[in-house]
Amino acid sequence: MKRIDLEFDLVVIGGGTGGPMAAVKAKEKNPKLRVLLVDKANVKRSGAISMGMDGLNNAVIPGHATPEQYVKEITIANDGIVDQEAVMAYAANSFDMINQLDQWGVKFEKDETGDYAVRKVHHLGSYVLPMPEGHHMKKILYRQLKKARVEVTNRVVVTRVLTGADGEVVAVMGFDCRTADTYVIRTKAAVLCTGAAGRIGLPASGYLMGTYENPTNCGDGHAMAYHAGADLANLECFQINPLIKDYNGPACAYVTGPFGGFTANSKGERFIECDYWSGQMMMEFYNELEGGNGPVFLKLDHLAEETIQEIETILHTNERPSRGRFHEKRGNDYRKQMVEMHISEIGFCSGHSASGIHTNAMGETSVPGLYAAGDCASVPHNYMLGAFVYGRLCGENAAAYCAGHGQGVVDAGDVAAEERRILAPLGRTDGLTPYQIEYKTRRLVNDYLQPPKITRKYEIALRRFDEIREDAESMFAANPHELMRAMEAHSILDCAEMAARASMFRTESRWGLYHYFLDHPERDDDNWFCHSLLSKSAEGRMQMRKKAIEPYIVPIDEEERSAYQRLRVAHNAEAA
Amino acid sequence: MTIATTQTQVPVNVDNDKCIAEKGCTVCVDVCPLDVLAIDMLTKKAFMKFDECWYCLPCETDCPTGAVSVSIPYLLR
Repeated sequence: MKRIDLEFDLVVIGGGTGGPMAAVKAKEKNPKLRVLLVDKANVKRSGAISMGMDGLNNAVIPGHATPEQYVKEITIANDGIVDQEAVMAYAANSFDMINQLDQWGVKFEKDETGDYAVRKVHHLGSYVLPMPEGHHMKKILYRQLKKARVEVTNRVVVTRVLTGADGEVVAVMGFDCRTADTYVIRTKAAVLCTGAAGRIGLPASGYLMGTYENPTNCGDGHAMAYHAGADLANLECFQINPLIKDYNGPACAYVTGPFGGFTANSKGERFIECDYWSGQMMMEFYNELEGGNGPVFLKLDHLAEETIQEIETILHTNERPSRGRFHEKRGNDYRKQMVEMHISEIGFCSGHSASGIHTNAMGETSVPGLYAAGDCASVPHNYMLGAFVYGRLCGENAAAYCAGHGQGVVDAGDVAAEERRILAPLGRTDGLTPYQIEYKTRRLVNDYLQPPKITRKYEIALRRFDEIREDAESMFAANPHELMRAMEAHSILDCAEMAARASMFRTESRWGLYHYFLDHPERDDDNWFCHSLLSKSAEGRMQMRKKAIEPYIVPIDEEERSAYQRLRVAHNAEAA
Repeated sequence: MTIATTQTQVPVNVDNDKCIAEKGCTVCVDVCPLDVLAIDMLTKKAFMKFDECWYCLPCETDCPTGAVSVSIPYLLR
């Protein structure tokens, strides 16, 4: 084990989706900029889109949708709690990014006239654009990284962003998960692209890595942002998704919906009008699941053979291609049976919901020089295309920031302390294993934090998390791989506490199931039409505050405001 | 206190006859997001060292000789 000291202008942390885009766009903005892309896996196959993606879920394409319509849709889907300017920055740049990806060789579905073949999945507008050959996405990104001459370091786990006297970014630290060499990388700016916090809860299967999210995405970025002094927004707006039971991957109603597939109850009946993932949709799903009409299924068995073959081709080659072999082993044939669904464990993921490291329309966090893009940042319902757009914005804006700033002064004491923290588990010869610490944290998250939320349960959870924090001081790692799991266990514990503190702060219910608080079952716009921000206090504890909603730039009228509250299929409509 | 190991059937299987790790190939080890594969120093073949699989398939898809096959972990199957 040795210590490696490096110096760059910009470090991008995470090479999945937004990260490669940020690094490439920073280099395009200033080819002389020294840009490092760090990944704890390998950028060739890292992140949520490791095996590609089957489509764009939020394409804003002229002729099909306008940026204003999209901002309205997301404002309504997210119960009004959005920074519209940040959503607009995505929407206004969405089409340029689609064209950029098209030029890079991403194949989108087009109609006979060569126009993008957009489908309707959302409640109000049309934003879904299939990518039948989306499994090439990572290869296309990798080619661009090489072309832009971005330096890449794989298998390095970044653990902390160090700040200077004015609270600005001065360095990032981490370690190699194969050698345990420690890294101190001086830098003027950093972009966090670490993905969702997808390993807070435990999948119902009990298999630790059988999560909805790529399990590498365990909330490292959320924890790093917190410890660097950044604000995190609306963490009580959990991500909970409707998934294939046990397999825990998307079913996937966005793909099958336009073909005529839908979410059904045990009688094979449609119970929601719209399969787009929102808190209210998840509430209806949960009610059906727990009520007499459960379980819930994905229904395709009424579709024509060629339609099913097309669906199979898309679903079994993209994003989560092992779906096919899962169904095969169960004897599940889309033609013959409905596919049983269930709800996922909780997480933080702005890709589908709305919580994460607080960023504005420039991708800036509240820490000077620190940016965030993709699932870890707070721009709601951003999906893959949002990660690309905000990756670009962060890369370009960070490059501009670097032009106006020199290297900061790194505190030797901070470096020594973090080095000690990283290496501690390797220095012990016995104690608790990372597996034990992680499993127990995540099991308690399921027991106490899974909605419906109850104050008394949350209080118990916080006490138990404190106990685990003490236990984690005796965590031991037998090798660098286990050291990675040990450091991740710390991030998971931080995220679990954040989920609890943020939830207890917002004393109302909002976002359907995501923040269904039994002690405060009603939505309370008089007191809670605001963001909640979590940050680290001077004493090093989690503190909460309210932030007013930024003035709307796209007005929402009363009738539209409640559109997503009316998802349940009306009974008389069914009879008609 | 002592540390115990628990035996488990792993989801990633490597066909040693097809695996060419002894010739320097490390593709499956390189692409695994969770870094759970390794080359056995004695047999010089790839194997699953840690039971932490997301059944995501880059190892199987990218293997140049078709030596790797992934099944769904038993707890999920």
